[in-house]
Formats: sequence, C-alpha cells, structure tokens
Amino acid sequence: MLLSIEGATVRFDGPPVLDAVDLDVAEGEIVCVLGPSGSGKSTLLRAVAGLQPLDSGRVSLDGRDQARVPAHRRGMGLMFQDHQLFPQRDVGGNVAFGLRMHGFPRAEQDGRVRELLELVGLPGAARRGVASLSGGEQQRVALARALAPRPRLLMLDEPLGQLDRSLRERLVVELRELFGRLGTTVLAVTHDQGEAFALADRVVVMRDGRIAQSGTPLQVWQRPADAFVARFLGFDNVVTATVSGRAADTPWGRLPVPGDSPQGTAALLVRPAGVRIVAAGEGLRCTVAARTFRGTHVAVQLKPEGAPRLEAACALRDAPEPGEEVGVVFDVTDVVVLGDARTA
Amino acid sequence: MRPRTAGGLSRANAVRLGLMALPVAFFALFFAYPVAAIVARGLEADGDWQLGRIGEVLADSGVRHVLWFTTWQALASTALTLLIALPGAYVFARFEFRGKQVLRAVVTVPFVLPTVVVGSAFLALLGRGGLLDELWGVRLDTTVWAILLAHVFFNYAVVVRTVGGLWSQLDPRQEEAARMLGASRLAAWRKVTLPALAPAVAAAALMVFLFTFTSFGVVQILGGPAFATLEVEIYRQTSEIFDLATAAVLTLVQFAAVGAILAVHAVTVRRRETALRLVDPSVTARRPRGAGQWALLGGVLLTVVLLLVLPLAVLVQRSLDAPGFAYYKALTSEDGGIFLVAPIAAVVNSLQYALAATVIAVLIGALAAAALARRDAGRFVRGFDALLMLPLGVSAVTVGFGFLIALDEPPLDLRSSWILVPLAQALVGVPFVVRTMLPVLRAVDTRLREAAAVLGASPWRVWREVDLPLVRRALLVAAGFAFAVSLGEFGATVFIARPDNPTLPVAVARLLGRPGDLNYGQAMALSTILMVVCAVALLVLERLRVPSRTGTAGEF
Repeated sequence: MLLSIEGATVRFDGPPVLDAVDLDVAEGEIVCVLGPSGSGKSTLLRAVAGLQPLDSGRVSLDGRDQARVPAHRRGMGLMFQDHQLFPQRDVGGNVAFGLRMHGFPRAEQDGRVRELLELVGLPGAARRGVASLSGGEQQRVALARALAPRPRLLMLDEPLGQLDRSLRERLVVELRELFGRLGTTVLAVTHDQGEAFALADRVVVMRDGRIAQSGTPLQVWQRPADAFVARFLGFDNVVTATVSGRAADTPWGRLPVPGDSPQGTAALLVRPAGVRIVAAGEGLRCTVAARTFRGTHVAVQLKPEGAPRLEAACALRDAPEPGEEVGVVFDVTDVVVLGDARTA
Repeated sequence: MRPRTAGGLSRANAVRLGLMALPVAFFALFFAYPVAAIVARGLEADGDWQLGRIGEVLADSGVRHVLWFTTWQALASTALTLLIALPGAYVFARFEFRGKQVLRAVVTVPFVLPTVVVGSAFLALLGRGGLLDELWGVRLDTTVWAILLAHVFFNYAVVVRTVGGLWSQLDPRQEEAARMLGASRLAAWRKVTLPALAPAVAAAALMVFLFTFTSFGVVQILGGPAFATLEVEIYRQTSEIFDLATAAVLTLVQFAAVGAILAVHAVTVRRRETALRLVDPSVTARRPRGAGQWALLGGVLLTVVLLLVLPLAVLVQRSLDAPGFAYYKALTSEDGGIFLVAPIAAVVNSLQYALAATVIAVLIGALAAAALARRDAGRFVRGFDALLMLPLGVSAVTVGFGFLIALDEPPLDLRSSWILVPLAQALVGVPFVVRTMLPVLRAVDTRLREAAAVLGASPWRVWREVDLPLVRRALLVAAGFAFAVSLGEFGATVFIARPDNPTLPVAVARLLGRPGDLNYGQAMALSTILMVVCAVALLVLERLRVPSRTGTAGEF
C-alpha cells in the first residue's frame, strides 16, 4: 500500500473531527473522499500532509510511519481549495516553487515548468501574473504547481469547488484522463457526488469523522450503505420498512424487494426511476405536488395520502400536471433495502 | 486549530520562545531594569522600602495639583482632538478629491514631528513676539490653550488614520440595506455605521489620551512655570530639585495610569478585530455632492491649513527672519558657548543615532511581531503585546535617568558608550514597528505558508519565500516610523546625550532656554531642519504605504 491510515483520530474542542479512520490507497489509485462540510474530510487531508498532528493513530507511506516527518519532507502534493497561489510570484514562479525547494537545477526547472504548463493547457503562460488569471486558469496553475515536484501522492481539497458548473464538468474529465496518463496516485476530497463519481476509482463517504461507506462509484451508487449515504447522494425516497421474504411493508404500502435483501426492520430506498406513474385508480394513490425539469427527465413530487412524499423520474411527455391525481407502482430493480434503519 | 499533541505543541513553543528571547531580554535589560533601579533609588533607604513616602507625596498639594492638571488637560485635549479631527476622518474616508494623497501626507507629518519642534512652532505662532502677538497683540503661550492646540496638532493624524482608515473600508451597502429596511438616513448611520466605528473611535481616543497624558516636550516649552504634567514634574524633581523619592512615586503613578489605559486599549482593539465586512477603500469614496458636502470639505481644509500648516510655516518664516540666512549660518559657528561643538554637528549626531536606533528597533520589533503574529500565540504572548506598548507611555524621563543610574557599572557599563542614546530611542521605536508589522503579518494567509511547506519548504524557507516578500514594504514603513520617532525623541535623550554630542531636539531645547534673538533664531532654524528631515522620511513612507486588506495599517 502506498498510503495507509490506521485509527487516525483528531480532536479539537468537542467531539472528534476524525474518529478512528482507516483508509488505504494503492499505487496509481484515485480515491475520492465524499462528505458534507464538517464531516472531517479536509482534516483527513491535512493529517496526511503533515499539517495537522494526529491525537492517535498513524499515517504510513510505503509502510513507514510519518509521525515524525514534517510536512515539507513528506514528498506529497496538496492542491488547496482556493488554490493559494503565491501572489507575489508569476505563474512560472509558482510552478517552479516546489522544484526550487527540492534543489532541482535551474535548467531542469525551466524545462519542467514549460512541460507542466503545456500539460495543464496553459502553454506560454509562465510570465503572467497570478492576479490576471481566471478561476479555471488558477486551478490549472495550482495543479501544475502541485504536480511539478512529482509527488508520490497528490491530494486535492475540493479541486473544482469554486468553478462554475460547465467548467467543472469539463475539467473533471480532463483531470481523470491526465491522472490516468501520468499514473498519479490521488486522494481527493469533495462534497459534490458528481465530481467524486466522475473522478474516482473508489469513493469513500465520510460522516461525522467516520467512514460511512467505501466502494467503487457504481457500488456506492447502487447500494448506499445506509440512509445517510442514500440521502447524501440525493435520494429522498427513503423510509423505514419491515422486510419479509420478497416484499416489504412501508408507509407507501407493500413493495416488492430483491430476493437477496436483508430481512426484518431496515431502511428502504426507492430510486426515482423505480417510481412509475400509472393511471389514477391503479397502485398507490398520489397527488402531483410539483414538477421540476431536469434536462434529461422531469422530477415529479408526489404526495401520497398519510405517507412521506415520493420523487419520481419520468420522461417529459409522460409528466403529469401539478394537482393531477395519479397512481404509482414500484419497480423492484430500483428498490434497495439498506442496512441501517436508524436514520430513515 | 491548535495542535494538541505533545510533539506539535512543544515544537511551536520552542519556535515562539526563540523569537521572543531577544525582545524579552532587550526590554528586561533596557526598560524594566532602569525603571526599577530608579524606583528603588527613590523609595529604598538603608535596605528598607519607604512605602510611606507614596502617601506623603500624594498628599502634597503641589503634586495633587500636577495630577489634576495632567488628567484634565489630557481629557480636554482628547475631546478637542476628536471634535476637530472626526469631520476630517469622514472627509478622508468618504470623499474623493484632487490632492487627497498629498493632504493625507501633510496631515500625518505632525505626528512624526519631534515634540520640541512642535513646541517651537507654537511658540513662534502664539508666543511672545509671535505671529498673533504681532498682528493683534494676542499671546496664548501663558495659557493652557497653547498646550491644547499643540496636542490637537500632534494627534489629528491619529484620529484621522485610525477612524478614517476603518470608515473608508466599511461597506456603504450595509447602510443602504438598513435604509431599504425602513431606517432614515440618520437612523441608518446611528444603528449601522456608528456601532462599527465606535471601537476605532475609542481606540483612537485612548491613544490620544495616552500621548497627551504623558506629554513632555510640548508642555516643557509651552507650559511655563504655571503648567506641568506628571512627566514635566518628574523631570523637574530629578534634574532640578534632585528629589528622587518624589520622582519615583510620580513615576509609579504614571506607570499605573498608563497600564490602565493600555489595558482598556487592548480590550477595545480586540473588539475592533471582530468580524466587520470590509471592502476596498477606493469603492467607498466619491466626489462631494451638494453645498453641504463641499462646505464640509472646505471646513476641513481650512482647519488643516490653520492648525497644521500655519504653525510650521511660521516656524520656517522665523528661522529666515534674519537677513542672509544668518540663523542658519550661526549654527555652524562654535562660539555659541552652549555646546562644545557647533550646533550643526547635532544634525549629523542625530542622524547617526537615529539610524542605529532604527536598526535596533526594527530587529527587536520584527522578532516580537513575528512571535505575536503566530496563530498559536497563547495568552502569555498576547499579554506581551500590551507590554510592548508600555514604553510609549512610561515616563521617558525616568527611562533616561534610569539609564544613567543602572547602566553605569560592570557588567553593563554603557555610560560612556555612544550606544546608550540609540538604545533609549529604540525603546520608543519598537512599539511603532510592532504596530505596523503585526496587521500585515497576521493578514498573511496561513494556508499560503502550508502550501509552501507541502511543496517542500522548511519553516525558515517558508518565512523567506512567503512572509518576507509580503511584509517587505511594511518593514520599510516600520523602519521609517522608527527613524522619525528616534530622531525626535527628547525625554530620555535629554538626560543621556553628552554635551559634546547633542541630538537635534536637545540642541533646540537648550537654545530655547537661553535669552537673545540669535539663540531663538537658531532654535527655529534647527527645528526647521529637523522638521524637513522628518517630513521627507514620512513622504517617502507615504509612497511605500502598503495597500492593506485588514484596514489596520497606519494607525496608532
């Protein structure tokens, strides 16, 4: 393992910000830590970088404990949330900074700066001042600066957080391509699940300083570990259910569940695609409360009588008008029984 | 984010202690020790502490009179300064007009002028044979008004820069938001702007009170026999009456008063640092609109001309009063009989001393500021922040005399060394260096340092590569302030400057103390030279002034 974190705990005043976190990152892997603000994900990065001492637990690189290694000797790269470019240096000076600190000869520095600026799509920008850069350009310079000394592990703190949506979507694809090409090992943190799923080989969901789930983007998306993860991923159709055999009793009535589902009381998720709108009189009776156009589909808010609201995804031409009475049936392939009922 | 582990804490502690060691040693040796020595000399006899003397001295009606005068003139000076300078603060904060930069510099010049120069200038304006005397037969030098006006002259910039600096960065949209919620123009100002400004006004008022409470040079020259502040009385008791016991008690009284003022100041400063939404000053200022605003601007300009420019102009005019620059020429001749050298030699002496003092002050002050600026600075270190301000208020006379008494025997026999004068002057310069550097150092984003560390920079290189380039200009500004303050230092220097090596302020005071037109004219000429040197130093600084994001630059 390139990076191993074992039982990492950090406490300020009050409950721990990092609570016995275990995490391994293999050479060449891209791991994305996903969590709401305050979940401890930035503290995790700072602890790995050596900027935040651990109260207990350990961080090892290639099996060597890093406790006594100060930040500037760990050989890691960290890209800060708001870039933190050095304002008094130009673009080239920023990118060359790490190379100078590591004592690279001048000629090699210049060559590497040129190479990196080309890599991030800013060829010839070395003499520009950082104040004249747009947000996206700053982000690219920060990336070039972090990559320049060839860090063993590159860490990204909300790498695309401050950029607008379209730029973010384009950059995340570029980043993944770039890291794949360079074979860079990456540990990134973000609160945006779209970013995490697009970037990562493996997604780690954090909550209150603990790891709530770890898996490939597909695994996490298909089988959220618990109601918290499901809601954090944007799923709102989560209720407490009692599962017996291939059916579950829920406030929405009796729903079919997949055959391998855990039995007993559990949280149950219905993905919006699995909420099918049919003619009134069939299935669960609902009133259409609102509908939101989402580009590829329409999200329809449904109000069943005496039960939590439901969100359905349907094609634009099938979408009912607000106020209409409709029926709802559930598709078993989009019903997931989650492990933990407590927060449903 | 305070590191909690033992390793992190002890390393941070070690760095902090390393930074603090030199400043602490400096203040212990050259401030605490001499002051303590003087107090001990006054209150200790045959190994016993004569604490009863404190009561006796305080019961003396003459001393009570001095205390009363010191307090009320400081209160009156502070009130008068606020009254005259607050409109100025508003004009500088909110109006954009041609020549504003120049005017800002002009307003600041008096603050760095030596007290002796200010005294001479007001003497030339209000004194016997002064401008007002010639024109209308009015003399104010025997009244308290001369002292009050001179104090306003001095401290105008303190209020304009401290209050105006913050005012110019308050977001006007806050007031607009209040008005959209139904507040009248006045109510919006009262409920939104005033509370935001109040801590800055309080801090400025306290600084003015501190400066005027401990006023020495001005009162010494303008006060005559009728008016004496504590500081003047301490000087009289030590150098004329040789009553060290009384002087020691008065020093302790002043020490207690200054300590109290600084404690209140520290609290208001901390409150001022509470989050205010600050914006770039350039977006809040606009051209005056309407007769009322133009009248306000005109009034402020008139005040500046009458109160700040006129005294200095009269000073220059008086120095040129004799045909053919006679007063200036007289400065170069040795037959004055007052000094062992020609008065002009004082210029060279002063510059050399001030340069040495600046080097010391910048070194000590920068180390202290670096220690204070650290995020993990604990309560102990922050307490040192307030202690660093003490030399501004503690009797300079006591410090000077303490130097003579305490530093004249081995292992520290500096009495005959030239370094004595720069050391005393540096003591006054350090608070200015700390005040200038601290906001800039605190404004450096910690994560910028972390970014450098992660890229492989050791702590020392982080300082060199990240902090130093950002604070270089602040460092120069601090050096300039220290230089100007050292150049004008009078209270301590008057004791320790040797007769054959006088500084400019000491030479001016000696010349003023002697009768005759020639001596008076030479005093005016020397004061003019001193003023020009200080003004040039300041104008260079104005060009360097750092655009600060914190809104705390240039205030005391």
